[in-house]
Amino acid sequence: MKPTDNANPEYYHKVVDCQYACPAHTPVPEYIRMIAAGRYEDAYMINWESNVFPGVLGRTCDRPCEPACRRGRIEEQPVAICRLKRVAADFKTDVSHRMPKIPSKKNGKRIACVGGGPAALTVCRDLMPLGYHIDLYDAQNAGGGFMRSQIPSFRLPETVLNEEVGYILNMGVVTHFDTYIDSLKGVLDKGYDAVFVGTGAPRGRDLNAPGRQEGAANIHIGIDWLASVAFGHVEKIGKKVIVLGGGNTAMDCCRTSMRLGGESVSVVVRSPRSEMKASPWEIEDAEREGIPMFENHVPVEFVIEDGKLVGMKFEKVKASYDSNGKRSLIPTGEDHIFFPCDDVLIAVGQENSFPWIERDVGVDFGKWDMPAVDEVTYQSSNPKVFFGGDAAFGPKNVITAVAQGHQAAVSIDLFCRGDDVHKRPAPGVTTVSQKMGVHEWSYDSKIEDDKRYKVPHAEVKIALTDRKLEVELGFDVETALKEAHRCLNCDVQTVFTESRCIECDACADICPTECITFINNDEEPALRTKLRAPANNLTQDLYVSRDLPTKRVLVKDEDVCLHCGLCAERCPTSAWDMQKFLYQVSKAGSIQ
Amino acid sequence: MTYLRPNFRHPDLPTNELGYTKKNYEGSLSTLCAGCGHDSISAAIVQACFELSIEPHKVAKLSGIGCSSKTPTYFLGNSHGFNSVHGRMPSVVTGANMANRDLIYIGVSGDGDTASIGMGQFVHAVRRSLNMTYIVENNGCYGLTKGQDSATADVGSKSKKGDANPFEGIDLAALALQLGASFVARSFSGDKEQLIPLLKAAIKHPGFAFIDVISPCVTFNNNPGSTKSYEFVRDHLQATGTVDFVPMRKEITTSYSAGTSQEVTLHDGSVIHLHKIDDKLDIHNRRSALDLIQEYKSESKILTGLLYMDKEPTDLHETIGTVHKPLRSLQEKELCPGNNVLQNINASFR
Repeated sequence: MKPTDNANPEYYHKVVDCQYACPAHTPVPEYIRMIAAGRYEDAYMINWESNVFPGVLGRTCDRPCEPACRRGRIEEQPVAICRLKRVAADFKTDVSHRMPKIPSKKNGKRIACVGGGPAALTVCRDLMPLGYHIDLYDAQNAGGGFMRSQIPSFRLPETVLNEEVGYILNMGVVTHFDTYIDSLKGVLDKGYDAVFVGTGAPRGRDLNAPGRQEGAANIHIGIDWLASVAFGHVEKIGKKVIVLGGGNTAMDCCRTSMRLGGESVSVVVRSPRSEMKASPWEIEDAEREGIPMFENHVPVEFVIEDGKLVGMKFEKVKASYDSNGKRSLIPTGEDHIFFPCDDVLIAVGQENSFPWIERDVGVDFGKWDMPAVDEVTYQSSNPKVFFGGDAAFGPKNVITAVAQGHQAAVSIDLFCRGDDVHKRPAPGVTTVSQKMGVHEWSYDSKIEDDKRYKVPHAEVKIALTDRKLEVELGFDVETALKEAHRCLNCDVQTVFTESRCIECDACADICPTECITFINNDEEPALRTKLRAPANNLTQDLYVSRDLPTKRVLVKDEDVCLHCGLCAERCPTSAWDMQKFLYQVSKAGSIQ
Repeated sequence: MTYLRPNFRHPDLPTNELGYTKKNYEGSLSTLCAGCGHDSISAAIVQACFELSIEPHKVAKLSGIGCSSKTPTYFLGNSHGFNSVHGRMPSVVTGANMANRDLIYIGVSGDGDTASIGMGQFVHAVRRSLNMTYIVENNGCYGLTKGQDSATADVGSKSKKGDANPFEGIDLAALALQLGASFVARSFSGDKEQLIPLLKAAIKHPGFAFIDVISPCVTFNNNPGSTKSYEFVRDHLQATGTVDFVPMRKEITTSYSAGTSQEVTLHDGSVIHLHKIDDKLDIHNRRSALDLIQEYKSESKILTGLLYMDKEPTDLHETIGTVHKPLRSLQEKELCPGNNVLQNINASFR
């Protein structure tokens, strides 16, 4: 194998599994250390810089970081990263004085944001400190987009959302709420230097089955219904409720129903339970509230009696997979099953919809009537129009919308300066040795054995009485500290300097997880089988040194390295060093 | 500050025939200097015992005083141990071995502990052919007292301060050969590929097995001019050949060309296979080994690997005709067979 190019920041970035998996690349270990040190404001600001909504995401994030967490490969459960983020938001004191200063003298460029969700708010956050004037348009009566209309208050209290939306709007964004934009041409005609479209994926998919029309009064599209609840237009639902769909929206629908008078609420899914799209913890939370899930039930019809919905019929199926893994649902031949109900909530997906974009304003549309958007710059074929969030590439999640908002802001800034939007600024990278003494490091290198701590929940009985009562209570300070200590500090990198190595084997001998091998070089597949422990996780890189005096090389399998620093402690010549690697995604205004 | 080893291990660690992983053979964390050759030897012992599927409670590890003699704490944490007086490890092993011949005895000593204060003990353990593995972790200096030349330092080898050693060094492997050791090898702490099979063969050898392991003192004797530094040893090392230890029940899969290889089958059916690099060596001929050591030394080379091995070793128990049971298991009934037996014995003298 060729020697590893550790001067390329992407190499070490990939070692920080959580940060690498995060769409916004939040420096997770860095803020977890701050939490362990009780520096909640610092932890909050690191998050805020990167993901803009720490309090919101600390409750509702899809947490792609957690399945990636290295801890999950050496024991059962990853670090509770998401809930630690919430700790930073919960225990911080006032941070308003740490928000960026907004120049009173503007730079003369005017931007319009269509939609007031996480992507558009991120664009505002990045561009306001640079002196832009921004008009933000949203059909709702407050900012936040789907974070406000889709996420129920028992998961995300309105105060938390208002605080974090407020940090951005208070920068001087000119808001135009209750304003539905029905023409992009109209916006462009106002002479903006750039327009950001962050209108989300606003249309909930319907289910066309017999009886849909007749029962319409009691059949609701999930996301619209949730929005109506959030804005106080709907306060009640029938006693027996069926929720169709197995995603996170379905989980929010069923749990909200339980709080609005539903007594017998069931979730019914076409697919096997193992393929439900909802996050496992959201399914768990719904089940804790006594909501059953019925798998392998395909809707057949809405049953109407005397012009009123009385239930639904389902056909039982079995999943079968062909040689390509493609699934088909085969009817079992059993009789159709009748579920009585008063109301049905349809949460079978949502899609984009751009009826308000004229097809002659220069924005090309491609497959599935989606706008053609550059995957790096988020620019459309009309150079002035940028997309981000669910509007760009279809429904994902809040953290993805934030990440795309940051990138769109970089592009808008470059575009308004007249620079090439494809010449992206490099990420900010710092690497600092953590050595303090022979056995002392400036990070907490001790590896704790503790299993993952559970977040306490409000008692179900009480929680169900109030749709605004938050169910998850968050860690207390003591538990947060213990959970924070489970973090392996994967950003404190093992950095090797060949010229200092005397090949004494001390590092290989001490490494608790057999990561280090001195060996004759070979091709990667062969090397992977010859190391002290087989390197079977192909998603994790091998760190390969240049040739050592004995013509061998050092190979380190990054897979289960505990970042405990013992290799460096045992190294007599400091050929190994533990260096803290901080990777910050470039933002609008970063120096190129 | 750490100084604590994490409890997590690689999730895919292999297990041996007993179902143990290497973790079951580890000891506590070493307090020796970072980069000490001794720690590599400890790691090699851990690996060898793991691979041999030895039950840890069937091992006794014994040592004297010195950096080397601290190391038994750092391996086989589940085995018996005895840290004796300086240079007196051989007597303690002798006693222990007499009391319980069923244990595996691993003695760890250093150049000071063996070649100076313990020389008198060492030579008698060799000539009595005590059934044990005797490892000398040889760094040519007194590390615990800041690096004075030891009795195994080569003449002319320079200390950290730059002074050349004026005295002839003792070659412990040659000495062991002369005293009748039935298994003699030399190795280097930085060459585990050689050391681990040698350790396995030594542990399985039913007699006195001696391994002189050159183990650089990274703090006091790893300087230019030293003949026991990592760099010097690597540059001047010449192996007798490669050693394979093939345990009983395992098929020999490697093919060896005739003439350059020698095989020794042990009493339990395991096979030690030496693939020779210098075909002048006959590992069953004591004189051949002694000659070769001298020959390489005159060329400033350090001969490592298996040097000599007796095909039919005799251990102390056999020589003095002890009972086959461990002596400690003999009860009053066996030791005091009663008046009748005494009368018979007395009668035989009348």
